[in-house]
Amino acid sequence: MTAIPTANSYRNQPDERGHFGQFGGRYVAETLMPLILELEREYGKAKADPSFKAEFDDLLEHYVGRPSPLYFAPRLTEELAKSAQPGMGAQVWFKRDELNHTGAHKINNCIGQILLAIRMGKTRIIAETGAGQHGVATATVCARFGLPCTVFMGATDVARQAPNVFRMKLLGAEVRPVTAGAATLKDAMNEALRDWVANVHDTFYIIGTAAGPHPYPELVRDFQSVIGKEARAQMLSRTGRLPDLLVAAIGGGSNAIGLFHPFLDDPSVKMLGVEAAGHGLDKEHAASLAGGRPGILHGNKTYLLQDDDGQIVEGHSISAGLDYPGIGPEHAWLKETGRVDYTSVTDTEALDAFQLLCRTEGIIPALEPAHAIAAVKKVAPTLPKDTIVLANLCGRGDKDIFSVAEHLGVTL
Amino acid sequence: MTTRLSSTFANGPALVTFITGGDPTPDATGAILDALVEGGADVIELGMPFTDPMADGPAIQAANLRSLGAGTTTADIFRIAAAFRARHPEVPLVLMGYANPMITRGPEWFAGECAKAGVDGVICVDIPPEEDPELGPALRAAGVSLIRLATPTTDAARLPAVLEGSSGFLYYVSVAGITGLQQAAQTSIDEAVARLKDKATIPVAVGFGVRTPEQAAAIAKVADGVVVGSALVDLVGKHGAAAAGPVGELTRALAQAVHSAR
Ligand SMILES: Cc1ncc(COP(=O)(O)O)c(C=O)c1O
Repeated sequence: MTAIPTANSYRNQPDERGHFGQFGGRYVAETLMPLILELEREYGKAKADPSFKAEFDDLLEHYVGRPSPLYFAPRLTEELAKSAQPGMGAQVWFKRDELNHTGAHKINNCIGQILLAIRMGKTRIIAETGAGQHGVATATVCARFGLPCTVFMGATDVARQAPNVFRMKLLGAEVRPVTAGAATLKDAMNEALRDWVANVHDTFYIIGTAAGPHPYPELVRDFQSVIGKEARAQMLSRTGRLPDLLVAAIGGGSNAIGLFHPFLDDPSVKMLGVEAAGHGLDKEHAASLAGGRPGILHGNKTYLLQDDDGQIVEGHSISAGLDYPGIGPEHAWLKETGRVDYTSVTDTEALDAFQLLCRTEGIIPALEPAHAIAAVKKVAPTLPKDTIVLANLCGRGDKDIFSVAEHLGVTL
Repeated sequence: MTTRLSSTFANGPALVTFITGGDPTPDATGAILDALVEGGADVIELGMPFTDPMADGPAIQAANLRSLGAGTTTADIFRIAAAFRARHPEVPLVLMGYANPMITRGPEWFAGECAKAGVDGVICVDIPPEEDPELGPALRAAGVSLIRLATPTTDAARLPAVLEGSSGFLYYVSVAGITGLQQAAQTSIDEAVARLKDKATIPVAVGFGVRTPEQAAAIAKVADGVVVGSALVDLVGKHGAAAAGPVGELTRALAQAVHSAR
């Protein structure tokens, strides 16, 4: 593989002002600005400090359970090939981040951020959560390091994700239901920002996705890049080559950028990000790249679901983790550069894929990666047999069995 | 250059009052603004409603939702502003809000509409100096003041960047927090204002957490302006379209307190 000169690299973003092309940046209230700058300086120092990396790696190995397996899915591959033309029907592989401690990729990022918080001498942690996965992961690392934790969660999500609310409480976190707006992830993030502004002196905000003001999109990406780095090495050692297509679901975009980023300068590797089309792109959905346009929210410039006046439109997805009207700024940039393709799948398609994976591979996925699997289901039959499709299985479905049962008309 | 803002602050400490445009309805805002002026407010801040007012406490959040719930659009805000300018040719009018509604049709469009409607200045909560190119150049080109915020976390090293390119006045946010909740200790306000006035060549107004004439009077002794928002917005929340009376009354008491320091 020819090395790509750094000037032409897709992997050297953001610029020194935290911009990914026209996206990203630091659109925060003045009160937060000094803290954001301090975080950027501290992250710079941490990156250069071998002991930070050593501690991060050690926790990922012994506490999170990394590396996660790279798995070839034989029966799903076979099932999808049934509808393919002769010679077609790609191999489907999964990066098994659902096997991580706490059941999703979210913990990779939380480990990195809590180590930064401790370096900065912060004594209190806050977080926002939608599905509750990031809230659980944050509560987990707070328990592990003995720091008090407050998680902001939309009241709607508190109701539809009761098991995760209880988990967070068991882990010692305080869960604050947010009733503003539609009482979902966006409102939880607003409330976390309000808390942060009032408590900048002692509080660290662990953002759960690759979005928010610089340096969050960069540092969340770096912490999640363990997914792609492992996958790249594992695939090379198992098959002697790189995958042809990477597929990942996108809420804010952290599991997707974590898988994609280490491959961005491998020109043979195509990438597909999958947004939530909810009830359909012409109805209520959460696909900000497909149905939004650039704007400013939650500290960054990116694609947003919004009306003509720039008022933010509520997203909808069956998956609480994808139910967000924005997307991380690096994805906005990767879309505009054309390096990554983006598509979307509906609630119904995700539910079908959810059940398909349960039955063909004995794996109950979260509804978020079920969106990636739905996209794989569409694309694999159109690709030649020797093609390798690698999807990020970024979460397990335990948290979703209640809402899936409800959608399937089953009373538990 | 003499502007409506500079000549107003030249008269001594000014009362700056905030209400959310379109709350409770676009049609009701004009009468409430008139009550502010008649009550003695010197500078009017008109809030542009936004779905996600991240820097605001419960009172102004609720006002934003009431306004949007009544169908208020950006066009309504400029209509309200232009009508205000026609009725009150001398009273400075400032728009306050969040970045997205301001930049969504392009900053030049927004700055142009401000100039056309007779808006003197713009306060944008979530565009710090680091992101100035997003809005600042367009406002300056249109002759509209960009009014920046300084906060308790704005240290001496940052202050020059905050002052660079800002005009009209400097808005000192007296508490690290959101609107309408805590009140800062007067001694911390005194110290901060002294620090800011030492470096600023524009007037310094103090806001966030100021609710009563007593607080306003104490701040007016040291600052060029006192900003009151949530206390007035609460009255609009309580009295709705009939808020002009109570809003005028509170404004009168606040204005007396602020002007007594002249
Ligand atoms: C399992 C899982 N996958 C994906 C997401 C979406 O986030 P992101 O796009 O940052 O990976 C979530 C969010 O809660 C999640 O829990």
